[in-house]
Amino acid sequence: MRMAPPWREPVPATGTMGEPRPLGRFGEYGGRYAPESLVEACREVDEAFRQARADPGFAAALAELLALHAGRPTPLTPARRLSQELGVQLYLKREDLTHTGSHKINNVLGQALLAARMGRRRLIAETGAGQHGVATATAAALLGLEATVFMGERDMERQALNVFRMRMLGAEVVPVTTGSRTLKDATSEAMRHWVGATGDSHYCVGSVVGPDPYPWMVREFQRVIGDEARGQCAAELRTGVPDHVVACVGGGSNAAGTFAGFADTSARFVGVEAEGGAGAARGRLGVLHGCRSLFLQDDDGQIIEAHSIAAGLDYPGVGPEHAHLRELGRARYVTVTDEEAVGAAVRLARSEGIVPALESAHALAWVIRAAGDGELAAGSTVLMTLSGRGDKDISTLKELL
Amino acid sequence: MTNILAAGAVERHLRARRDTGRALLMPYVTGGVTPGWTRYLTAFAEAGADAIEVGLPFSDPTLDGVTIQQASEAALARGASTRRILADLAEAGDVGVPLVASTYYNLVLHDGPEAFCAALRRAGVDGLIVPDLPVHEAGELTGVAAAAGVDLALLASPATPRPRLEEISRRSRGFVYAVSLMGTTGERAALAASAAELTTRIRSVTDRPVLLGFGISTPGQAREAGRHADGVVVGAAVMRRVLDGAGPDDLRAFLATLRRALDQE
Ligand SMILES: Cc1ncc(COP(=O)(O)O)c(C=O)c1O
Repeated sequence: MRMAPPWREPVPATGTMGEPRPLGRFGEYGGRYAPESLVEACREVDEAFRQARADPGFAAALAELLALHAGRPTPLTPARRLSQELGVQLYLKREDLTHTGSHKINNVLGQALLAARMGRRRLIAETGAGQHGVATATAAALLGLEATVFMGERDMERQALNVFRMRMLGAEVVPVTTGSRTLKDATSEAMRHWVGATGDSHYCVGSVVGPDPYPWMVREFQRVIGDEARGQCAAELRTGVPDHVVACVGGGSNAAGTFAGFADTSARFVGVEAEGGAGAARGRLGVLHGCRSLFLQDDDGQIIEAHSIAAGLDYPGVGPEHAHLRELGRARYVTVTDEEAVGAAVRLARSEGIVPALESAHALAWVIRAAGDGELAAGSTVLMTLSGRGDKDISTLKELL
Repeated sequence: MTNILAAGAVERHLRARRDTGRALLMPYVTGGVTPGWTRYLTAFAEAGADAIEVGLPFSDPTLDGVTIQQASEAALARGASTRRILADLAEAGDVGVPLVASTYYNLVLHDGPEAFCAALRRAGVDGLIVPDLPVHEAGELTGVAAAAGVDLALLASPATPRPRLEEISRRSRGFVYAVSLMGTTGERAALAASAAELTTRIRSVTDRPVLLGFGISTPGQAREAGRHADGVVVGAAVMRRVLDGAGPDDLRAFLATLRRALDQE
């Protein structure tokens, strides 16, 4: 007898991970729940993005920046020793090897080019781990734009190195002292600031969240991860397509970009959230930061503060497309604890000589657990996006180890 | 049977007062901000408020500046919730002028628009403002609110183009909330230049009452705003005083200065 799989069979890919329905709807999720003052600005970004997408000149300029500045394509690395230990074939998509050290640069270069095309002179960004902030500061410097980055005070402490990097790159870093003083509050503050600066500034959202068109646009700019990996898997894997595609999920941009490359395959998608920031796995329907999606909330409907050792996963919600993929059963969302993530980081360092970002270590921690408890069948092929490198987390790790 | 196209109690009240030539005053208070906070409502009404906006605090008030953020945090820290605030209002009874709740859409969705609107009505609240619910997303709430007898007032901003302004004015109930400037709530040194222009544009497409809000902090600004719009909303200037410890009597005196300024026109 065939065991029921823990997830439903993949639905036919048509209709998933394409263009959303009008006003950015992914099923019932998404939308443009922006204050009226930002609606026109969102419409302008949407219009500019659609025009840019249809313009081969834009695609060429972006491809050149990604190649010459960001160092793409990134390799697909077989994790040989770890695969042997785990009894699965694990391949790592190496976003940690991009310039600035995480996948965030893919999205930012796209949006910075778009902003320049729209005649904006400044980028506004929120950041949690600081990786999106560093990427924004980098792209701004490269294209001659200004950058203002909002960052929770608590994150500024635990990611002090990235704060210095942003300032070194010429960006203004604004501490956010309200609420939990992490990513959620930095995002609120960036939105407030944008309301007063729509004329000359572009809000460079760092994940697949926010009002339409951001969830869709950011996924399209991150699609390069999945598209490259698809080609690399076709060349490297006997089966051509991996059995499982795994990525960590904060807002969900590295996962969305990775999944998008495999939407029309039978690969099973797994998004790995932090135990304390599991918007997809444990959130309920709500509206925050411009979109309708799943958010951690208390019994009164107040948003709960997330808690994760990985600042980039410290967000109480998830992008609307992930909420939709979950509802469809096309992807499933699991959680791992801080301890599991730290253990996975150490294991990858010692078996493959790669120190991953703590965010990425969450994805690996699930692979390790699932290989151990049989959820991943022996010999199955697993593509995992290694979203970033661990340099920014060294001081956190030093305190723990 | 309810005619869902008809305006409700808030709009009838505001139109009637406006038609006597009176400039309208709608002060704001964050629900649950202090123990006994409903005494502010009586004080506001005595000072000549025409309606009162009651904020239902949300953990992530993305369109509010520091003052209302702090007021929301203070209220939540005291254990305020939609349910408790509405219970306080029900207990306080009729204060003599319509009450208009304002909150973020997450709190409306929490129990669903129907249950939310029904709860407002049970507490004696006749109007609603949801700053993160723009007109193109409001379809889920407009019909439900109208059927429940809650006037859902929509916001217009200086960046709103004319066709949208027409739609907002058509679908808004109670009044049209004119956001005076491109920014968040909070006191400002002067009335923004965009205020007059926006009000003129709204008036050219509707005869619904137009209330100007965001940044109006002083009698002088209220008087100037009253020249363009049918009235003003005053939030942060009230809440800064409340956060600094001012009681109902102090606020009655402050609002009386605004009332006099509006009446001088
Ligand atoms: C290395 C790394 N991975 C993952 C994330 C989470 O973001 P997302 O879920 O959008 O990929 C971050 C965010 O800061 C990050 O820095």
